[in-house]
Amino acid sequence: MQTITVDPITRLEGHGKFDIFINDAGEVENVYFQIPELRGIEKFCEGRPVEELPRITQRACGVCPGPHHLAGTKACDGVYGVEPPPAAKRLRELFHCAHYVHSHIAHFYALAAPDFVLGPHADPTTRHVLGVVAAVGLEVGGAVIKARAQGQRIQAILGGKATHAVCGIPGGMSKALTNPAEVDEIKRIADDLVGFGQFTLKLFDDVVLGNNAYVDLIVNGPYSMRSYYMGMVDDAGRVALYDGTLRVIDADGNEFARFDPRKYLDHIAEHVEPWSYLKFPYLKNIGWKGLTVGKDSGVYRVAPLARLNVANGMATPIADSAYRKFFATLGGRPVHATLANHWARVIELMHVCERIQELIHHPGISDPDVRAIPTATPNEGVGVVEAPRGTLFHHYKTDDRGIVTRCNMLVATGNNNAAICMSIRDAARGLIKPGTEVSQGILNMIEMAFRAYDPCFGCATHSLPGEMPMEVRVRAASGKVVRSFIR
Amino acid sequence: MSDRFEPVIAVLCCNWCTYAGADLAGTARMKYAPNVRLLRVMCSGRIDPAFVLRAFAEGADGVLIAGCHPGDCHYINGNLKTMRRFPQLKTMLAQFGIEPARVRLEWISASEGDVFVKVANEMTGQVRALGPLNWKVRAAVEPVSGLAEHHAG
Amino acid sequence: MADKKLQFAIYWAASCGGCDVAILDVNEKILDIAAAADIRLWPVAMDFKYKDVEGWADGEIDVCLFNGAVRNSEQLHLARLLRRKCKVMVAFGACACFGGIPGLANLHDRKSIFEAVYGYTASTVNPEGTTPQPHLKVPEGELTLPVFFDDVYSLSQVIPVEYYVPGCPPTPDTIMTAVTAIVTGSLPPPGATVASDKSVCHDCKRKKSDKPTIKRFHRPFEIVPDPEQCLLEQGFTCMGSASRGGCGALCPAVNMPCRGCYGPMPGSLDPGADALAAMTSILAASDDATVAAETARLLDPLGTFYRFTLPVSVLGRAPKAS
Ligand code: SF4
Ligand code: SF4
Ligand code: SF4
Ligand code: FES
Repeated sequence: MQTITVDPITRLEGHGKFDIFINDAGEVENVYFQIPELRGIEKFCEGRPVEELPRITQRACGVCPGPHHLAGTKACDGVYGVEPPPAAKRLRELFHCAHYVHSHIAHFYALAAPDFVLGPHADPTTRHVLGVVAAVGLEVGGAVIKARAQGQRIQAILGGKATHAVCGIPGGMSKALTNPAEVDEIKRIADDLVGFGQFTLKLFDDVVLGNNAYVDLIVNGPYSMRSYYMGMVDDAGRVALYDGTLRVIDADGNEFARFDPRKYLDHIAEHVEPWSYLKFPYLKNIGWKGLTVGKDSGVYRVAPLARLNVANGMATPIADSAYRKFFATLGGRPVHATLANHWARVIELMHVCERIQELIHHPGISDPDVRAIPTATPNEGVGVVEAPRGTLFHHYKTDDRGIVTRCNMLVATGNNNAAICMSIRDAARGLIKPGTEVSQGILNMIEMAFRAYDPCFGCATHSLPGEMPMEVRVRAASGKVVRSFIR
Repeated sequence: MSDRFEPVIAVLCCNWCTYAGADLAGTARMKYAPNVRLLRVMCSGRIDPAFVLRAFAEGADGVLIAGCHPGDCHYINGNLKTMRRFPQLKTMLAQFGIEPARVRLEWISASEGDVFVKVANEMTGQVRALGPLNWKVRAAVEPVSGLAEHHAG
Repeated sequence: MADKKLQFAIYWAASCGGCDVAILDVNEKILDIAAAADIRLWPVAMDFKYKDVEGWADGEIDVCLFNGAVRNSEQLHLARLLRRKCKVMVAFGACACFGGIPGLANLHDRKSIFEAVYGYTASTVNPEGTTPQPHLKVPEGELTLPVFFDDVYSLSQVIPVEYYVPGCPPTPDTIMTAVTAIVTGSLPPPGATVASDKSVCHDCKRKKSDKPTIKRFHRPFEIVPDPEQCLLEQGFTCMGSASRGGCGALCPAVNMPCRGCYGPMPGSLDPGADALAAMTSILAASDDATVAAETARLLDPLGTFYRFTLPVSVLGRAPKAS
């Protein structure tokens, strides 16, 4: 058998890695997408006071520490059976939205936009964020840096620091937003951000939707997968990021399950493969059927596209009209085109900007009452939020002093592990045919399959979203490398 | 010669009381276990918890901290500081897997040679029963130079 | 050549990525850095070719900012390789400096971590007891994974390091201080830590008394703190006095106790011992029973006082199970 190994040159530094095996007929036999690192946080959280976990577990990922901090804090609420005051919930949601601003901007402009603004076949040496800035104008670059920094700034005001914030506490938030200067600052930021969200939607319209070739690539490229989808919705069925009900739909759009996130163990389980340090979550009531897709496979997807698919709208007006346009353009709900994640992400960015504005103008945002003091004996709690890259579960069990006895974390990107493996495999199969010359362009196209997920292996390892340089080696049956590509 | 395990007990003690007490025991030819190694500081308050950690890390099987009785400290309240630190130190050592019986705090005055003897013998027996701590081996961090080279092929 | 730009490498090992985000958080100043230095390697921001690194001449790179701890065979390999290629090695962030939060894994070993992660965690279904394998034969060929070590190492435990930039993550100010020192050639003597020599308390705006005492310890959620008063004096386990400053006392500013991410004070013998002493020595109680009762309320001295520093502590780790 001849094999092509797509092996990130970063195999020696702990990033993701793929091996694509090609059989004698020149077809893709199989693809392995491996996560080569683990930290064992679940284990060393045992023995810690549970209220410290929001400050510890977030070190799983410095790319999305905010959602980890909040999922951990919500799990602590559960452990102590305590309900935070309304102002605390508002501040947590404001913090969460601000995190989305930073994360979605970083992904869309630095990692996704190059594929669309410059094109998937552009020279990889210019196909990066600076290339985008050169193409759309320097002032756009400045606006992007500013908007991302504004998201970080709100997190720092509320959380003490933007990365690895410390504000979450069982029963509330450590500090109220009572300083009028800070409220005013966030109000000004919110106005800017709403403008920036609209600007980004328009940019997507102009650059991507205005180009038939891109729309065709999104809809008809080798990037479609009919899977289950999971995401959080509010009581009205709209996308919910901080709190809500989990909804799972099948590939036809029918509701498969709807559950209180705290009951996740009734619905989700994780499978272990010996070739990856990252586990493979699946729908428990269907079962793990391997890396296959379809009604009988428990593989599901999360993240922006999944969230839009399971919901019936967005909770803010501008984002909601973008939501309607999204499904009208792409042929109705659910959309299976993996690349549509980028568009969904831009719509979510719009939503969080609007939501920040709503929250900061809420009359109760400066309410000093942000703490409920726990009185119950601690026991067990599950905290779930929608992180930018998907549903994030923290589950803590304690003894009656609140010392952790068991900790379980199911990270956002982990949910998509099986789907990412298959998307890469399918893209490779679609693009590499007998006799195909494996070119840089083809590699870019394969890479686009996983970049759409905004995979954050920071959670599982430490690789920032989408950054997965790779090397392709074409090997003869003897294992000798006969050809090699690097990008 | 017996094969009996002979533990090493590090005694971190204050110059004014306990050291003098131990000295008294010596001149009075009271017998105490030869396992103890006296390490003298001016005041028990000067015993940084890090000294205790260091003693264990470097081979002690047990550590006795000893100072003047409360109220008798030559530096007024040095021993009170020691008293306040000790329970947490013991808890922390237990979290490291070092049994509580391996560490002990006693107030022993200059005239209490007999108390010193009793405590030293008692502790030696207790630690002997626990067996060697052998920290260097049991908690050895793998020497990275000896680790297999990366599989890179 | 006088006007040759500095050659920079930025690398991450067992890192959460937060240190790299922190570098992005200098925002527009990133352009100043780019003007003064060629960033030759930065996996977060640019394509990285491992072969390029191998191809560099020894010492070709002036400065490497290395973040993350070292906990598997790949990271060790890269640390050693970069050491050869770079003249000045900077341990960047708490993980590289002290092992950081991932260093708490030194309470366990590979076996017990695998038993948890691939075994008894609540959502794991693994009747066969499968665990990841460094070498694995699959029908199509062989797959490899890095070897997961029993121990977590700080950077200086595996290679010589010239400078330390602490913090989890380092603040933008700390980062700009370090980078400015590098760029202007005004670096302190090797071995130095680029942060404050004073404690976090020094920068903290909370009111402190001359003779502080603690009557009762509290967990952060148990009471609402007075917003002005020192948290330690109110009975919270704030490690500010045992921790190196440089962050600007960010955590106490939002009513949360410091956990010491900038590491121990200069000259410290052991970070956890310092914090333990700082916390307990000022208890008001003066009799054994009250002291024991009060300190029993501090439930996790090890996990609190060594939150970021276990691998570089005197005891280093808990004994392995085997
Ligand atoms: S020091 Fe903190 S921010 Fe930096 S890599 Fe380690 S955990 Fe992440
Ligand atoms: S102990 Fe904490 S709260 Fe008190 S002054 Fe120091 S840093 Fe501030
Ligand atoms: S207050 Fe302490 S824990 Fe918080 S950022 Fe500063 S040094 Fe780190
Ligand atoms: S002088 Fe003996 S304990 Fe202080």
